[in-house]
Amino acid sequence: MAGTAVLGRVTWRSATVVELRDETANARTIVLAVRDWPGHIAGQHVDVRLTAPDGYSAVRSYSIASGPNSDGRIEITVERLPNGEVSPYLTQELMVGDDLELRGPIGGWFVWRRDQTEPIQLVAGGSGIVPLMAMIRSRASGSSAAPFRLLYSVREPGAVFYRNELGALSDQDHSVIVTYAYTRVAPKDSPRPPGRIDATLIATDTLPSNLGPTSYVCGPTSFVENATDLLIAAGHGRENIRTERFGATGERK
Amino acid sequence: MAIVSRGFSGKRSAADAKLPPGQYLTTDFPVLSAGPTPHISLDRWEFTIDDGSNVLKRWDWKSFRELPTETVTVDIHCVTRWSKLGTSWEGVSLDVLLADVKTDLSYAMFRSYGDYTTNLPLKDVINKQAWIAFKFDGVDLAPEHGGPARLLVPHLYFWKSAKWVKGMTLMPQDKPGFWEGLGYHIYGDPWLEQRYSGE
Amino acid sequence: MSAPMNYLDGNAAAGELSRIFAMDLTSAEGECANCGSKRRFAEAHLYVQCPGLVARCALCGHVLLRLVNTQQHVYLDLRGMTYLTLDATQQQETSS
Repeated sequence: MAGTAVLGRVTWRSATVVELRDETANARTIVLAVRDWPGHIAGQHVDVRLTAPDGYSAVRSYSIASGPNSDGRIEITVERLPNGEVSPYLTQELMVGDDLELRGPIGGWFVWRRDQTEPIQLVAGGSGIVPLMAMIRSRASGSSAAPFRLLYSVREPGAVFYRNELGALSDQDHSVIVTYAYTRVAPKDSPRPPGRIDATLIATDTLPSNLGPTSYVCGPTSFVENATDLLIAAGHGRENIRTERFGATGERK
Repeated sequence: MAIVSRGFSGKRSAADAKLPPGQYLTTDFPVLSAGPTPHISLDRWEFTIDDGSNVLKRWDWKSFRELPTETVTVDIHCVTRWSKLGTSWEGVSLDVLLADVKTDLSYAMFRSYGDYTTNLPLKDVINKQAWIAFKFDGVDLAPEHGGPARLLVPHLYFWKSAKWVKGMTLMPQDKPGFWEGLGYHIYGDPWLEQRYSGE
Repeated sequence: MSAPMNYLDGNAAAGELSRIFAMDLTSAEGECANCGSKRRFAEAHLYVQCPGLVARCALCGHVLLRLVNTQQHVYLDLRGMTYLTLDATQQQETSS
């Protein structure tokens, strides 16, 4: 019933940690079994609430990293922030078998639906890769033939999430093309020196605007503003660029 | 009924008996803001006192910094439940700023660069209860914490200590400012836990 | 070096707004009452580190929406938008 579906999305419910996977030295994927999970669309997020014994609570938003499926499980990937209040707990304290309170799925704009047919340009800054990975996974497990390109900006090679999976997808299915842009330290065989994404990189490694792509840009706020300005300068209409900002430090509360 | 998260305590120190009800002690200094940090150059900065029709007093940065200052150590309490004890500020007392102001208006709306406002009874900003502060911990007040200057009224919840303050408008009756008009208490005494209006 | 950009965007308000609205507000197009620009609410600049939630026009900074949760009430001020256009056909969630 529509009424209960609405209430289900907004009420806090319990989820159990069933698996933990390190993505990098600072980031961990948490696999959660959520009872009566209604399913989600790639790009949506959940709010996670932690409560201390004295009642103090903290809420943070985390993008769902997994694609839509019907097994009642979702994955989130959490990066530990140096002065974080919640991320150190989720990346270091949390154990398999623990319960987490969450609410969702949330979001109706920054989503990719499998019935979208246009080419898709994904632009990720750091942990902004998470919702975009859900979109890539959603495409991989469905029958969409829409071309996907990913421009993934990270500090250094060790900070890349999902590298093996991205490599396998771009090898097996050439319509998911991945370009890494390293901002601080690049691998020795990198075609360009470290640096922020710029107009040249947009011109060489993203879908041109005349193909009519929809772009999804996600990451820290300043990254999103810079990347969006570059896409507009390259001829993309603002209406075709969807953005999700993770704040100055990448933590969303 | 919230689930308690095993092993979670947040970034807080052990509870202290001197805190107002519902507050937690914090060791850092959270930055809370309802808008972008304004960047005000000191050659444009001013603080004015008006009565709604006439400007009664005006200082630019130079004349403001020639006024006598005080260094005070106070506890601050944010309505979002964090408290910070023993914070050190340097500023000009509102007693100094209001010294030559004769008025029978009993309330003030403090206005900030940006669009923030907060209201206070005049009696709560005189008699060593309020300052226009420009240094925190001996260092120039950082923009994200309200620099160049902010209002400091430590006996009330910290939303009353308006950042980037630029003036006060005296008024005959109390009127709600930015947060007071949207559910927050018109006065805001942390010891009476006056967080919200009518609750 | 420019100041760190301390805002999120309308997407981050979706959780709070979904308690109040049955339809998704973040994909709605809203007109700023101050400058008249028409943008998706998801693109609004959102300030959440304050005793409430404040959404501002990305173009002119005018307050579009304010929301405060107290123990007993939710206060919502939408005066900053002249209107919102929501998509009535879009489903809120699909499982696959």
